[in-house]
Amino acid sequence: MSDKNVAGSDFEPRIVAFFCNWCTYTAADLAGTARMVYAPNARVVRIMCSGRLDPQFVLAALRKGADGVLIGGCHPGDCHYQEGNYKALRRFTLLKTLLAAMGIEEERVRLEWIAASEGDKVQRVINEMTEQVRKLGPLRLEQIHQIEGSHHSAAQVGKHAVMEGAV
Amino acid sequence: MSKPKVAFYWCASCGGCEEAVVDLHEDILGVVSAVDIVFWPVALDFKRSDVEAMKDKEVAVAFINGAIRSSEQHEMVELLRRKAQLVVAFGSCAHLGGIPGLANVFDRGAIVNQACVNAVSVVNDQKVLPSEETTVPEGKLTLPLLWNTVKSLDQTIDVDYYLPGCPPPVNLIGEAVGAILKGELPAKGTVLAPDIALCDDCVRRDTKPEKPALKEFFRPHQVKADPEKCLLAQGLLCLGPVTRKGCGSVCVKANMPCTGCMGPTSNVVDYGAKALSAIASLVDSNDDKEIAAIISKVADPVGTFYRYSLPASLLHRRYNGSTERG
Ligand code: SF4
Ligand code: SF4
Ligand code: FES
Repeated sequence: MSDKNVAGSDFEPRIVAFFCNWCTYTAADLAGTARMVYAPNARVVRIMCSGRLDPQFVLAALRKGADGVLIGGCHPGDCHYQEGNYKALRRFTLLKTLLAAMGIEEERVRLEWIAASEGDKVQRVINEMTEQVRKLGPLRLEQIHQIEGSHHSAAQVGKHAVMEGAV
Repeated sequence: MSKPKVAFYWCASCGGCEEAVVDLHEDILGVVSAVDIVFWPVALDFKRSDVEAMKDKEVAVAFINGAIRSSEQHEMVELLRRKAQLVVAFGSCAHLGGIPGLANVFDRGAIVNQACVNAVSVVNDQKVLPSEETTVPEGKLTLPLLWNTVKSLDQTIDVDYYLPGCPPPVNLIGEAVGAILKGELPAKGTVLAPDIALCDDCVRRDTKPEKPALKEFFRPHQVKADPEKCLLAQGLLCLGPVTRKGCGSVCVKANMPCTGCMGPTSNVVDYGAKALSAIASLVDSNDDKEIAAIISKVADPVGTFYRYSLPASLLHRRYNGSTERG
């Protein structure tokens, strides 16, 4: 089964964006009121600070159907809570090594510092990321879990085993 | 009144959980006199057909250890689920997938090839691989199917309680058996261990800084750890802050960092992500390059943070790009 068959040509990436309340979320708001046009693929979740982002949120989003996750926080030195974005950076750095080891492509999870005034950066980053994820294709972890979950049909998987065994 | 019937079974496991039952020492005599063990392949000569002959729900409790990774294990746990009123996932592997669950960073083809062809101790010039069906002059021979993905017990059948640990601490086993015999059980789905992090009763707790700040991480063989001081404060990846207590911090007492076998407390969904989060926030730098350099010292993040829980994690297994899925 190839992803292309499932995805077709009209694949629209689903990106979950966790934006901090004080900078990036405000910037997204600004982009909206300024009527900047950007890809409609990001679903924004407002969090108080990028330091509040538990890595479990990222994994849960991917597991539940996101094709990519974008994290937005204040620029270094600008965090409303002083240190939150540094914490986010440390966690993100380690999370990236884990995701790489789990076979999740690097471009699917991204961290950006976007100040309240940078509506244009929200526009650019979301557009860029949407295109990158579009190229990668869907992740669809939930569906894969279902397929893995139904692998008890021995006949079907038996064939698979022989194929793999032959490699 | 007849004694309650108890079954033990093992799936993908090392045998350590069976040892833990025997480690009850003389207490096991009390258990044996209070119950009727009707199935325990490692110790007693009952067969699958004996279990099949039982009435549904005839067994009071089935303790099942090991992860589930073959069609045969799946059939057996489904059978035990039918025959038992209560199923207890016994040990890390049944609870969260355990060490065998680390196979989920590979796929079946790679595992079978490694085990049957490439391992240095194997001589298999014809590259014969196990297959589910082989025809011989006498007829057809069959083998169970090895799954591509290892699962925890509750990903295959309904589970009533969990006894965590690799293996579960003897005192928790004793308490669980006692509670079952008295019918004093907590809500279904409970992990039968204290719901607090290990640091809480660690012998080195008083030496743990409020917020350890680390410039360097070490693996146990790289440093001579101070036997009194908090291991995390020494740069060793001790997962005590995110691991459920109940083991008596045995590893720390042996000067080894906790690797997390008791799993998370009940407010955590994904143990590895929580552990990763806790460790990363201790990195003592605000500079992205320096952060990356410090974090590069965390060798094998999957094996470190999901040592016992990869199948139960949100990601469940490694993905191989778009071609090999499904
Ligand atoms: S981090 Fe480890 S050594 Fe330190 S107090 Fe917690 S369990 Fe003990
Ligand atoms: S210290 Fe950690 S790894 Fe060791 S037995 Fe306790 S919970 Fe398990
Ligand atoms: S408030 Fe924006 S990153 Fe902390």
